[in-house]
Amino acid sequence: MSASRLIAVTVNGQRREAEVAANRLLVDFLRGDLDLTGTKETCGIGVCGVCTVLLDGRPISACLTLAVMADGREVTTVEGIGQDDALDPVQTAFIEQGGFQCGACTPGQIVAARGLLNEIPAPTEEQIKSWMMGNLCRCTGYYSIIRSIQAAAEAERGR
Amino acid sequence: MRPFDYRLPESLEEAAALLSELGDDAKLIAGGTALVLLMKQDLVQPAYLVDLGRVPGLRGVRRTGGALAIGALTTHRELETSDEVRGACPVLAETLGKVATIRIRNMATIGGNLAHGDPNLDPPVTLLALDASVRLWSASGERDARLEDLFVDYYETAIQPTEILTDVLIPAMPPRSSGAFLKYTPRTEDDYGTVTVAVRLTADPSGERCQDVRIAIGCAGPTALRAREAEDELRGQVLGEGAFREVGALAYRAVDPISDVRGSAEYKQAMAAVFVRRALQEAHSRLLKLQ
Repeated sequence: MSASRLIAVTVNGQRREAEVAANRLLVDFLRGDLDLTGTKETCGIGVCGVCTVLLDGRPISACLTLAVMADGREVTTVEGIGQDDALDPVQTAFIEQGGFQCGACTPGQIVAARGLLNEIPAPTEEQIKSWMMGNLCRCTGYYSIIRSIQAAAEAERGR
Repeated sequence: MRPFDYRLPESLEEAAALLSELGDDAKLIAGGTALVLLMKQDLVQPAYLVDLGRVPGLRGVRRTGGALAIGALTTHRELETSDEVRGACPVLAETLGKVATIRIRNMATIGGNLAHGDPNLDPPVTLLALDASVRLWSASGERDARLEDLFVDYYETAIQPTEILTDVLIPAMPPRSSGAFLKYTPRTEDDYGTVTVAVRLTADPSGERCQDVRIAIGCAGPTALRAREAEDELRGQVLGEGAFREVGALAYRAVDPISDVRGSAEYKQAMAAVFVRRALQEAHSRLLKLQ
């Protein structure tokens, strides 16, 4: 073992191998090494939520995670949710319900919401608020985000 | 963040040997949410990180009767949602669910939380009220330490440099007992508390008097602490608003908070009294539902 390590991370379904410095953060690995710039870093202290990615399906703060800790695991970023020609129901709902304005927090909101509906397909409003609590938004007042998630849940249940 | 050497031992023996070999320059890492943050801020600059993630046997909950043995690397989220924890010790599951945000809870481990020694953290307060202890492993043997002996000062615990915290042990709730954990967060819900209180209240066979009680307070001193004077005062008294108010006031003397963005020292002291009273009320009302 040394100051860097060869890691293999499955990112959005694709196996990616890279030699990374032990002190490289997951957010920098994703953005800088893999060109997946959908994940952002703003507060840098795990509070704001714009760096949200799913690690083995669970939302985490990529700004507080070392890239080496993702070795052998699965990471889902916003780029892995939906496709260009077939949006994920969460994305469609955010568009239809006005779940974003400036868009700065949106990648993190989408990832967190996708993680929520994967684990709890029919969440109550309380469950939505509790899960999404750490994804801050300065524009929407959160009401349209909650509505978007409820709409996405309903759309998915209707399938 | 400064560069560091990263080690990934595959056994406790290997991890302990690394700590022995590398000494003060090495730090253990589990979920990393506290440590990586401190390292990003250059407050901690270890030359070596020893990641416990591949050491087997450190995760999971074992329930024996009402007692719980929890592996140190179990995450907050795993405990919050665990049927065993919710069944044996609902106040503990509730406490873990109040920590920060779901992103932190998915990574942060219970062992890392206790080893951090930060009096503002939630789980130690409830675990203190539950008479919990930790198992500390070293190459020369294991020992158990009660939680009140574990916390020494701000960010300082009694864990020796070559010891590894492997388990958290929680005895069964005594009969006729209920717990409550209250976290006062006047700013935002994901914040550390201005004050936190956990109680475990045990009624006597008649159900009317306090047979035993534990009152633990966080965010109000160099470590999570027990309000022993308040506990002593409540034992034997008739359970109810009058006793809780009187006992709450004694909590004022148990705490020694510092002024910070979450409140002045005077405010935190006053709130400790208020929230001890409210926590006792909550535990009592849960007890009444049990009867």
